[in-house]
Parts: sequence; C-alpha cells; structure tokens
Amino acid sequence: MDNVEYVRPGSVSEAVALLAEKPGKARALAGGTDLLVQLKSGRRQIDRVVDVKGIPDLTEIRVNADGSVLIGAAVPCFKVYSHPAIIAGYPGVIDSVSIVGGIAIQGRASLGGNLCNGAPSGDTIPSMAAAGAVALIAGPSGSREVPVAEFCTGPGQTVLHPDELLVAIRLPAPRAHSASHYLRFIPRNEMDIAVAGAGAWVALDSHGVVTEARVFLTSVAPTPIGVPDAVKAVVGTRGEESALDAAAAAARAAAKPITDMRGTIAQRVHLSGVMTKRALAGAIARARGEHVPGAHEAHRVRTNGAAH
Amino acid sequence: MVAVDAHSATKVVVEATINGQSVQFLAEPRQTLLECLRDVLSMTGTKEGCSDGNCGACNVVMDGRLVNSCLVLGVEANGQSITTIEGIAPVGGLHPLQTAFLEEAALQCGICTPGFIVSASELLKHNAHPSEDEVRFWLSGNLCRCTGYDKIVRAVMHASDIMRVGH
Repeated sequence: MDNVEYVRPGSVSEAVALLAEKPGKARALAGGTDLLVQLKSGRRQIDRVVDVKGIPDLTEIRVNADGSVLIGAAVPCFKVYSHPAIIAGYPGVIDSVSIVGGIAIQGRASLGGNLCNGAPSGDTIPSMAAAGAVALIAGPSGSREVPVAEFCTGPGQTVLHPDELLVAIRLPAPRAHSASHYLRFIPRNEMDIAVAGAGAWVALDSHGVVTEARVFLTSVAPTPIGVPDAVKAVVGTRGEESALDAAAAAARAAAKPITDMRGTIAQRVHLSGVMTKRALAGAIARARGEHVPGAHEAHRVRTNGAAH
Repeated sequence: MVAVDAHSATKVVVEATINGQSVQFLAEPRQTLLECLRDVLSMTGTKEGCSDGNCGACNVVMDGRLVNSCLVLGVEANGQSITTIEGIAPVGGLHPLQTAFLEEAALQCGICTPGFIVSASELLKHNAHPSEDEVRFWLSGNLCRCTGYDKIVRAVMHASDIMRVGH
C-alpha cells in the first residue's frame, strides 16, 4: 500500500475539517474492509486516511425517545446484530449485516461503510432503504439528511461530497404489524457478493392486509433500486401467491443487470423475481408474528434435530 | 490525535497488548497489522494468504473480536488487546483445537491452519457445542486449498467435545 497520512479525530467537526483540507484525497476509515482493499490494489489513491472510530457519534447505537434508532456510521456489523432494539425492530437489517462477508469481516465492516462504498451489490443498502432509513451527513456548511434509498448515484458513487462525513443512519421507529426481510442469491453459502438480492418491508392492518410496502433490489442495476410496481402488487392484498407472483414480475421488469463473472443478465432477471417473492413472503410472515430465519440462521433450521 | 506527513513516511509508535504482553513497535501508517506482526515483530505464526480479507489466513483476535489483520492498519492497533496464534496454546501444552487438528490430521501444508485455529477458538467461545453447519458457517472466512475442509470440521467438533467433556 502506498504511504498515507493517518489521522484520528475525536469529533465530527474535526473529521470534516480534515476531509475538507484534502478534497478528494482524504477518505474516512471505519472498518477498512473496503477502503484498505482499494488502497492496496491502487484502485483508490489518497493522501490521508481519517480514522473515524474515535468519534462517539459514529461508534454508538442510540435508541431515541420516539423509538427511532441511530446507528453510528462506523459501528461494526457484529454490534448491529447484537443490539436488542435492532433485533426486535429491523429483522431485515439483521439479515443483511449477518451475511456481509464472514465473521472476521463482520468484526470490522460497518453499515456506513457499506453505504458510502456505494457498490451496486451492497447487501445492507436494500434493507436500510426498505426500512426507510435516512443518512445523516455533516459537512463544512452544516448537516443534511438524505434517504438511504437516494444515497447511491452510480457504481461506487454517492451523494456524499468529498468534504462530507456520513455520521449515522437513522432507522424510523418500528410500527406494529410491520417487518422486513432480506435475502440474496450467491454461489456458495457465505462470503460471496450478491448475484441478486432483495430487501422488503411491509406493514399490515389488523386484518392482515398489506397497507404499505417497500421493495429494493441489489446487484441488478448500477445502484440498489426500488421497485414501486412490486409495492403496488402487494398493497391491499394478504400476500397471496398471485400477489407475490405479480410482485416478482414487477421486479423482473425493473431489474437492469449486466452480465459479469457473477451472473448473466438472464439469470439475474430471473433471480430478481425469485428473491423479491421470497423477501416479501418473509416480511409478511414476520409481520404476522411468524419466525422466518435469515440466511445466517437457515443452517440451524436444517440441522434441527439432527444428531451431531 | 496522531498525524503523520505522508511524504516523510514518519513511523508511529504503537503500543498494544499482544498475547497478554505489553508491546511497543514502530509502524508506518501504510503497514497493516499483519505486516507489523510478521515483519516488525517477527511473529510469523499469522500468515498472509490473499491480503484482501477473503481467506482468513491472517486471522487474529483484536479487542475480543475475530478480524482479518490484513485489513487493520498497524496504527489502528494502538491501545488494543490482540491474540495471535502464538497466544492460543497454554504454557507448555496445546490448545484442544491444536490437539484435535493433529489427531484428525486436519492439515497438510498448514498455511491456513493458524487462521483456522484462531477462528475456531473464537467460535468455541461463542458456542461451546456447535453443529456441523454452525462450524462451517463460522469458518466460511477461512479457505484451505489442501484438505477439502472435512477433517478441519471434524477437528473443530472433536475439540468442542474435548473442551466440554474431556475427550
């Protein structure tokens, strides 16, 4: 890796000043599981690494009085999936952070880093977007908020200016009879980058009818994308097979994948439908109070009762 | 706040606790913890496999969590407590994982083995009685080119038996 300056500010304003001093040549360091890989390969060249893990706002999870949850941008995955409020209120986010990389990656990688890396295949972005998450950003001229669903603008590109810092992600307070689910298709069982993934959130009324929903796909477009037509297909229904099939068709129509080493256009279009149907079915079941295991737990269900 | 001028390549003093011992070393910001362990501290038990977080050969425990030391900067280790493969065995003996790996012949070239043992030792701290699927899931970040994994998985499950019931 090329030589680089390392700084470790203790506050958001200090971090912003350090980023602003070297526009485009300074980058925030959280877990390093994307940034260090890029610096080592030469894909990214910067002069200054700003380690943000010394800033409380970026390393804490806070439950607000109104029930919304603030996740610091640099909080590692393992802290997210161990937090009772997130386990209880955002199962789709739990699904995602539990399958980012493997255990060692989850010891360092963060939601904020996954979002700022802006990969078309980010596993946590569809879940955060489906949950209605908002990115809280600080810059030299003040703070601003951007919905996570609008944060990524192209492969590796986001709305973040070079002198801005993602501080935290705010998840709205969970509502009764609502739940989320994320799953992806990968060749192995773990560690891979999604070939296609879908994150869904639904809210039900007291009769079990879907009143609201959000569906986001990953790895099938230059950025994670929402599928409004899949939402239309399930709102007003109880998530019957025909409604889910219509949502799947909408996902296939919305997907704009490329063919690359991980998959072909045809496979990814097909998977968009399959993953969307399963994500919606899982979200609806969870909203009804049923237990739906995430991919990280499915193996426990398979081995349940087996003699080992 | 630690600040270093990129062009002067000034080294930084890093103080950490490694395998229970207080250690001080000099690191350039660009050096990963893996490089510092191997090249600065001569602790070559931790191996370099891929250098990009895919293979787990560089696994160490930092601040109580399994990490890839190739993706941690040496300067980030300042003030941290780190366990490497050199710190796994008790004084004068072997960790049950090491015993099990030998008894099950769970290594051939051995380059992946330190990473697997550090990783598995963390699994057994979190889950003293993992199923085979749970072992495979936890170890998914550790790659082996020689064994085909079967004996490694058996060794980890055998080690969990040794640790729970003595054999």
